[in-house]
Amino acid sequence: MKEGRPRSFYVLAIFFAAYVLFLYGPMIAIYVLSFQGPQGGLTFPMNGVSTFWIAKLFQGTGIVDLGAAFRRSLLLGIVVMIVTVVLSVAAGMAFRRKFKAQSILFYSAIASLIVPSIITSLGISLEFRIIDDLIKAHWNENFETSMGLLTSGLGAHLTWTLPFGLLIMFAIFNRFDPRLEEAARDLGATPWQTFRHVVLPIILPSVIGIGLFGFTLSWDELARSSQAIGAVNTLPLDLQGLTTTVTNPDIYALGTVISAVSFTVITLALGTIHVLNKRQAAKGSDAGKGLV
Amino acid sequence: MSEEVLQHAAPGLIPGSGTARAAKPTRLSPSFISWLQAGPMMLVFLAFFLIPLVFVVIVSFWDYNEYQLLPAFSGRGYTDTFEGCIAQLPDLCTIGKTYLMTLKLCFMVWALTLFIGFWVAYFLAFHVKSKTWQMGLSLLCTIPFWTSNVIRMIAWIPLLGRNGLVNSGLMKTGLIDHPVEWLLFSEFSVVLALVHLFTFFMVVPIFNSMVRIDKSLIEAAYDAGASGFQTLVNVIIPLAKPGIVIGSIFVITIVMGDFITIGVMGGQQIAAAGKIIETRVNALQFPAAAANAVILLAITFLIITMMSRIVDIKKEL
Repeated sequence: MKEGRPRSFYVLAIFFAAYVLFLYGPMIAIYVLSFQGPQGGLTFPMNGVSTFWIAKLFQGTGIVDLGAAFRRSLLLGIVVMIVTVVLSVAAGMAFRRKFKAQSILFYSAIASLIVPSIITSLGISLEFRIIDDLIKAHWNENFETSMGLLTSGLGAHLTWTLPFGLLIMFAIFNRFDPRLEEAARDLGATPWQTFRHVVLPIILPSVIGIGLFGFTLSWDELARSSQAIGAVNTLPLDLQGLTTTVTNPDIYALGTVISAVSFTVITLALGTIHVLNKRQAAKGSDAGKGLV
Repeated sequence: MSEEVLQHAAPGLIPGSGTARAAKPTRLSPSFISWLQAGPMMLVFLAFFLIPLVFVVIVSFWDYNEYQLLPAFSGRGYTDTFEGCIAQLPDLCTIGKTYLMTLKLCFMVWALTLFIGFWVAYFLAFHVKSKTWQMGLSLLCTIPFWTSNVIRMIAWIPLLGRNGLVNSGLMKTGLIDHPVEWLLFSEFSVVLALVHLFTFFMVVPIFNSMVRIDKSLIEAAYDAGASGFQTLVNVIIPLAKPGIVIGSIFVITIVMGDFITIGVMGGQQIAAAGKIIETRVNALQFPAAAANAVILLAITFLIITMMSRIVDIKKEL
């Protein structure tokens, strides 16, 4: 219809490109700098190229007990991911019918998303301190603490990941065709079979998206962990601790390693989603014709 | 095809399920199923969000000494927080100055993220025609959101530091002869990092509102003789308003409560609402920390209420 593109397209395209450069430029800078030579400093120019700083990180001669923090963060991230996926899919299914407390759950999720993280974090830490005091006073004087990675820490992360999971579920079911389920029911499928063989395969790509959010948001979480994680540190907390005493590129090396995990997870998730979508496009249409 | 799948599945999954169904298994009522499905998430929010908030409010009225909480009613958390606020008038007390600073940062970050976010979303929604490209470019904007915020903060150090790229570049061109000091660990770097981190929260909701705008409305405006600018002001901005408000709520609440970006990028020198809470916690003054949290929560809530008003009023007009 229109010949060529309007001038505003080019202006905004340049604006967009500048934004993308603004997003990625600094990150790429530290990835490059983490390959500084052994004599290299915190800024450009590069002083030779080596994997010295990354190797140093893995030798554990560096600043923190990185391996332990790494394993803790990984464990927490995986647990958060699984719980987020299961709870979000279940709650998302519930929202397709009217039920009491629907709006309470919805507003809790939204509030959990926008109440400043430090407040949630402080609240959880107070809650667990009070529980500890109660246990010490009434049951066991030698009790240490109920705070920990998979108690208060897990809870704190879930208050951040679950709202995202629920919102993604809303987006999924907004464009889900309920006739597919009716058809399955008409063919005699039980509710569980309908879910397992009709609903789940269709929503699976987005469910993987929820898992992606669950893991990455937990893996990088900082504000909510800060007061609620207990005695141990996660990887981002260790990294933040390092920022006050930056003297050599090992902090960049640590950043690069953490990002490498993020990018691996992102690539895996997006790749799986892509494959699933392709398979749906190839086979799904046939199933659709059969059902309707 | 699907019938086959289902038939295959039925005996495979539950042997004899056909007979079981004939015998009418006890059906769970729909409302019970809903509770079963939504209950776990509700419990998580109850245990780790709603009850903790209640504890924040309760503890804010407790007493404290140097090392422990004293569960007795006291307004000390609040009086300590507002110490000197009346005595020092007309000068602002510490908490007043801190909130003024926080609001100032908030406003700057909000204005910048709104401007950038709006035009990025506009470009994606109206100028990128192919769905594949739209997906790809949106993904490009989303990926950094899945990576660590701290890393994205320290990523500015090699660029903005005293010997950083910007300074050495400016020195080489001869524009300056001393390295510029205010680039890093300053208000400037805090705002820069916050914009860098959180423009995403503006782009997504605005983009969502924009893709829902019926393109024929824009054509109609064009046919009726509206200029591009008039279409923007009278058609697109009003229709994108819900997204703008949601994005603004996200950005403002994040910046209001932020203490990490302000801490790291401000060189731990800038006081802000979230940082007071952190400082009080580190000093084990939990009631004072809780009192500050209640104040922050009240102010955040006030801002959100005001913002959601703006939209509703406009809708009714």
